[in-house]
Amino acid sequence: MFIRLALKSLFNRKGSVVLTIMAILVSTFVLLGVEHIRHQAKNSFSNTVSGVDLIVGARTGSLNLLLYSVFKLGNPTNNINWDSYQAITQDQSIRWSAPFSLGDSHRGYRVMGTDQSYFQYFSYGEKTPLAFSQGQTFDNIFDVVLGYEVAQQLNYQLGDQLVIAHGMGDTSFKQHDTTPFTVTGILAATGTPVDQTLHVSLAGIEAMHRSPRQQQEILRRIARGDQDIATSLIPTSITGFLVGLESRLRIFNVQRQINNSSLEPMTAILPGVALAELWDMMGMMENILRLISLLVLTAALLGLSAMLLTSVRERRQEINLLRSIGASPGFLFCLIELEAVLISAVSLLLGASLLFAVLNASQSFLASEYGLFISTDIWTQSNMLLALVLLFATALAAIIPSLAAYRRGQAAQVSH
Amino acid sequence: MTITIEDLSYAYPNQEPIIGIDHWHIDQGEQLFLYGPSGCGKSTLLNLMAGMLSIRQGQIKILETSLKGLSRHQRDQFRAKNIGYVFQQFNLIPYLSALDNIQLACYFSKRSDAVDDRIHTLLNQLHIQSNDWRKPVANLSIGQQQRIAIARALINQPSVLIADEPTSSLDRANRDNFMRVLMETSEQANTTLIFVSHDPDLENYFNRSIDFTQLNHKYSCV
Repeated sequence: MFIRLALKSLFNRKGSVVLTIMAILVSTFVLLGVEHIRHQAKNSFSNTVSGVDLIVGARTGSLNLLLYSVFKLGNPTNNINWDSYQAITQDQSIRWSAPFSLGDSHRGYRVMGTDQSYFQYFSYGEKTPLAFSQGQTFDNIFDVVLGYEVAQQLNYQLGDQLVIAHGMGDTSFKQHDTTPFTVTGILAATGTPVDQTLHVSLAGIEAMHRSPRQQQEILRRIARGDQDIATSLIPTSITGFLVGLESRLRIFNVQRQINNSSLEPMTAILPGVALAELWDMMGMMENILRLISLLVLTAALLGLSAMLLTSVRERRQEINLLRSIGASPGFLFCLIELEAVLISAVSLLLGASLLFAVLNASQSFLASEYGLFISTDIWTQSNMLLALVLLFATALAAIIPSLAAYRRGQAAQVSH
Repeated sequence: MTITIEDLSYAYPNQEPIIGIDHWHIDQGEQLFLYGPSGCGKSTLLNLMAGMLSIRQGQIKILETSLKGLSRHQRDQFRAKNIGYVFQQFNLIPYLSALDNIQLACYFSKRSDAVDDRIHTLLNQLHIQSNDWRKPVANLSIGQQQRIAIARALINQPSVLIADEPTSSLDRANRDNFMRVLMETSEQANTTLIFVSHDPDLENYFNRSIDFTQLNHKYSCV
């Protein structure tokens, strides 16, 4: 009867109740949306790389190394010698290593020189290895494997030829146009910067940086079917390399060895730790988003409170009547609280449904256009908690009108 | 005796006493007409009897319960169970149906013995068509609403039914109709009826009538 009374009373005031519901709906939509996307972004962020125990580059800050190696942002400060790479990876505890060379681009997308072990060992998310959606890895010097987004955006098919530019930027003055590359593979989407990268062999990187005369020689030798060509194109230096260990217990030992190496100054970082550090730096942004959604919610709850307070004024006679048939002032307090919580609960459900619908509708768009993989599963534990907090905050905000009803109930008289 | 009042005196905070009754009693099942000009303290007395106001001096006993000895909360419960009310207007929650309004009264009295049957009997007795039972009462006529109010007031079989100017918003035909069913049903329920009005026409329905200005010796209107 109690709930029935509250429901019917709300239904009786459809206009103001619906508007209030909409206000709270919008704010729960924003709040849940921000929280959800923040959570997902953090997840996909920390999922950019997994299964790599150490990233090694020339001596630099750990964030810088992380940014250019994993996120392909910024530029490497220095290279490391091929010999140092060879020497360090002799270590017994190193299971695999994948060298990489950066510094070239194709129409704004970065080109990374690497070798087969990169495709074999690099993984992202929950240790998901890279997979080919079409074709296969590079066999020849002038083969290129495209990230998903590169192929989508630039509309490349297997067998297409493309020219790599020296340095970064869309319009480079120096095109390596004497050495076009052929697309042999396209990777499946990963939602990580891998999607925006072109992968070529280290030998390919080396070859396109040789002088025109040497390039003609190389092309001639390829045309002749010279098998030794690749070995003559071993680079003298690389940007860095990824390391996987036999046992993760050795991780800090190996890191220290590399950092203290006498060969040359190098930095080895644990990607997980560096990712967490980087995310912390973005915490400010995160907090501002949260603050904004909390403010929106506060405004909506205050609106709810004001609406109910007005309703208490309008319902003076109803309160008198309820008192005269035996309702205690406490009952009136609870009635207003219940009305508030009902409004909030309905708004919450609608807000969550709206978010679910919007995420569902935009999921494939976000994945294909931005490589963002947002799960539609919004009922995570933290969002459930948020919902409870919201209901609690509603009850808190409704104390003011509820108290007004209580007071009015106390002062009520049976005849009017 | 249903109601006994002894040495009752009441004043609103910072005001002269408005009620002073030395001794008054009403028998079980009695139907009483109480009249007097407005401002003479009738409403205050009703509020005291209903337990809406706290008694500071003197005594009101309803059945064997002294209202003075009850806490606020106990008085609310006592009112729900033992006192039925019919007012001049706004007797019902407008957006609830007749059935819901009556059930709400049962909800506060915490009685649940064969309620539906009794509600149906009462509504039939009060000549409310069964197809009006589930409509919001705001859609019904004032006459119907006042009769539903009787059902609402009597559903918990209260020992006292207080009717405070219940007919003043009704036209003559509706008024007579209302009075007839009120007298009938309260007599059948053996409920003590206190009927407050300043319409002298209605006095005919009652066998005992009281001039409140005579009863209340604190009455000092010029």
